[in-house]
Amino acid sequence: MRMYRRIGATLKRTAIHAGPTILGIIVLDFLLLQLVPGDAADMIASESGSATAESMAAIRQRFGLDQSVLNQLLNFLGHLAQGDLGFSPRYNMSVFDMIMTRLPGTLLLMATALSLALLLGIIVGSVMAAWAGRWPDRVLSVVVLVFYSMPGFWVGLMAVVLFSVNLGWLPSDGSMTVGANLTGWAFVWDRLSHLILPALALASFFIAVYARLTRAAMLEVQRQDFMRTAAAKGLHPFFIQLHHALRNALIPVTTVAGMHLGNLLGGAVVVETLFGWPGMGRLALEAVLARDFSVLLGVLLLSSFLVILANAAIDLLHAWLDPRIGPA
Amino acid sequence: MMTTNRATRRATLIGLSTLPWTLRGALAAPKAGGTLTFMQNNEPQTLVALTTVATPALTVSAKVTEGLLEYDYDIKPRAQLATEWTISPDGKTYTFKLRPNVKFHDGKPFTSADVAYSIQLLKTIHPRGRNTFANVSEVKTPDPLMVILELSKPAPYLIKALTAAEAPMMPRHIYEGTDPLANPNGNAPIGTGPYKFKEWARGSHIIYERNPDYWDKSLPYVDRIVCKFLPDPGARSIAFENGSADIGYRTPVALSDLERLKKLPNLRFETKGTSYSYNVSSLQFNLDSPIFKNLKVRQAIAHTIDRAAIIKTVCYGYGTVTYSPIAPGLKEFHDPSPSPYNLDLKKAAQLLDEAGYPVGANKIRFRVPLDYNPIGDESKRLAEFMRATLGRVGIGVDIRAADASAFVKRIYTDRDFDFLLNGHSNLFDPTVGVQRIYWSKNFKKGVPFSNASDYNNPKVDALLEGAAVEIDPAKRIAMFMEFQKIVGQELPDVSLYSPLYLTIKNVRVHDDSLTADGVEGNMSRVYLDPQ
Repeated sequence: MRMYRRIGATLKRTAIHAGPTILGIIVLDFLLLQLVPGDAADMIASESGSATAESMAAIRQRFGLDQSVLNQLLNFLGHLAQGDLGFSPRYNMSVFDMIMTRLPGTLLLMATALSLALLLGIIVGSVMAAWAGRWPDRVLSVVVLVFYSMPGFWVGLMAVVLFSVNLGWLPSDGSMTVGANLTGWAFVWDRLSHLILPALALASFFIAVYARLTRAAMLEVQRQDFMRTAAAKGLHPFFIQLHHALRNALIPVTTVAGMHLGNLLGGAVVVETLFGWPGMGRLALEAVLARDFSVLLGVLLLSSFLVILANAAIDLLHAWLDPRIGPA
Repeated sequence: MMTTNRATRRATLIGLSTLPWTLRGALAAPKAGGTLTFMQNNEPQTLVALTTVATPALTVSAKVTEGLLEYDYDIKPRAQLATEWTISPDGKTYTFKLRPNVKFHDGKPFTSADVAYSIQLLKTIHPRGRNTFANVSEVKTPDPLMVILELSKPAPYLIKALTAAEAPMMPRHIYEGTDPLANPNGNAPIGTGPYKFKEWARGSHIIYERNPDYWDKSLPYVDRIVCKFLPDPGARSIAFENGSADIGYRTPVALSDLERLKKLPNLRFETKGTSYSYNVSSLQFNLDSPIFKNLKVRQAIAHTIDRAAIIKTVCYGYGTVTYSPIAPGLKEFHDPSPSPYNLDLKKAAQLLDEAGYPVGANKIRFRVPLDYNPIGDESKRLAEFMRATLGRVGIGVDIRAADASAFVKRIYTDRDFDFLLNGHSNLFDPTVGVQRIYWSKNFKKGVPFSNASDYNNPKVDALLEGAAVEIDPAKRIAMFMEFQKIVGQELPDVSLYSPLYLTIKNVRVHDDSLTADGVEGNMSRVYLDPQ
């Protein structure tokens, strides 16, 4: 019962914070975008390499760019209040539909990358902590340092050269074999084989971060009195490491992971471009270059939603991991 | 016409039958079946090139939506949806006979009503069609298979403007009474083409399926075309290398990667099929700039530029020197005579002295910002080349980078620049592609790729306007020759080179680039070796 109350309170607090945060993000984003030189019509003309005065005027009218900035903002907010993210004249499609075609790809990539980072990071960190100062720790420290200092896209490129070009094991681009009409395990493997390299590229930096965090946190916990008590009780060392040390060490790791979700979305732009992955990061980048601000605002809004949701999930996880963390 | 062309090609190939087996593969009869993976840099915003002429849309449009004509490498017309065409001696009446028994993918017949409707549509909403079809005063449809265009003035370029991608023939029954810009046909097109639209997974791919009811019963050969988009040039190189991409055009990889890729046995490099759109890169001066309104400064800069070195370093050899804004590829119009301002640094220094810019501190005469068009990856290298080149005569260049829209706004709307590196497509005719850069009436603020220099010479205006309506080809060419002489001397810009674009393809792909627009065409005759 207490548990549910705690969860409820956490959710309520998140909801109260989320509303103003999202509104602030939208208005700020909108105003910042007005500072960018050039508009959608300029971009369309630039891609085409030719234009006429009439075609420029027609594009501006269609995008609503002939109206004042305040009108454009009010229009956008008015539509948003009715749950309408707007329409992209560039792609002749509603922004919501457009984002929905990309959202599953991004969620899959981010969830895989984050899980991979957490899983590998925590395992490696635990191993390093358990053998602190001895050779497994030393070797893994070097590996972790390499992952930490190499940019994700470089790891991705090198992995492509090795696994895709030289060995030919994994595909280098896209999210599936187009038009193969696969079913069952063949379908799962096809998707998975396309997912491995981009997820690795996106996760590599975070694996290093979580490994180091886990190592430090576990070493910290190991000096606590309750660890000595647990050992004195005669518990198996493995159980002590897992249940007493790791559970406590997970608090800083999960806190940081929650904050990293925003970074992951940012990193997704690079990885999605590199691997031709149909995700929201690329959509956002294309929208910026094309000055298609209705799409960009939609993506930003949804991303802020995602980050807020993820943080709520992390709060809940904390409440479960550590009963001392309750409603503030 | 089509058959003769195919016969000649075969004859040439038989003549080459001692070549290795990879080339001899092309001799065999085309094989049916297979999936062609067409790699593109960017995703199109629409699948029909009606409301935009952006490259990604041009690339896919013709697979579904065809045009009246197609063209050989020298831009001589051949039949597509029109089987016969005549132009009256005064150049003001065009008569087209249409191919009978052509059906749209939804089963409705293709008739003269569709052509008349499409031409009106192009004239009102197509970015270039507004100019190309401006002189069309009436479109008559005396019977379902005949279309007559009546022009108020001759338009000698019109007959070259009728490719599928440049002047798509739209289904009237789908567009009539709707807002053509918002018509869903743009996202799921219906046309008469060899391939039917099947699926567009945004951000990932487009699938086109073979049209079994195509008007040419023997075509197309391949079952399916998959268009994939990969924005990263390095990733595209890898896709060609490991075979996940079959074909890509306009040099889809970084130029620095070409040497490595050329050594791979599974790739071929095609230079044909690019003659519908030759580009010219140039250094354009803002003649309103206090520095560059002085002819001597412009002459001095012209004297410092080593075009051969640009081809070697900036283009990795993939380009042709040009002294004229009309590309060497448009052979009949291009003036090959060299610039009156040869490579001569001493002369350049002397001209700058005379212009009132003596050498100052740090051997610098003056500093000036240089903008460049960011589309294409050699433009930044070209800017760096210019900085080094002009530095040798004491002109300090500060390169100013911007993304495409910011660049367009700075140059054409704000006009806040001194000189810039830019590229213009000649398209299929100088009146369409070149006139816009020099015609004083096309100095229009806010219109991209107009007369950025603010060049104004009544003589040039008269020549351009004359050539736009001249029906005697010899006289028209003479006018363009004189025009090239004048702009070559007056230097509103310095033309530098015409890039050489390559189509990269897997060895199993054949007959992809048989027309002037190559891969941009309907690709009905492309075929694959079985895997």
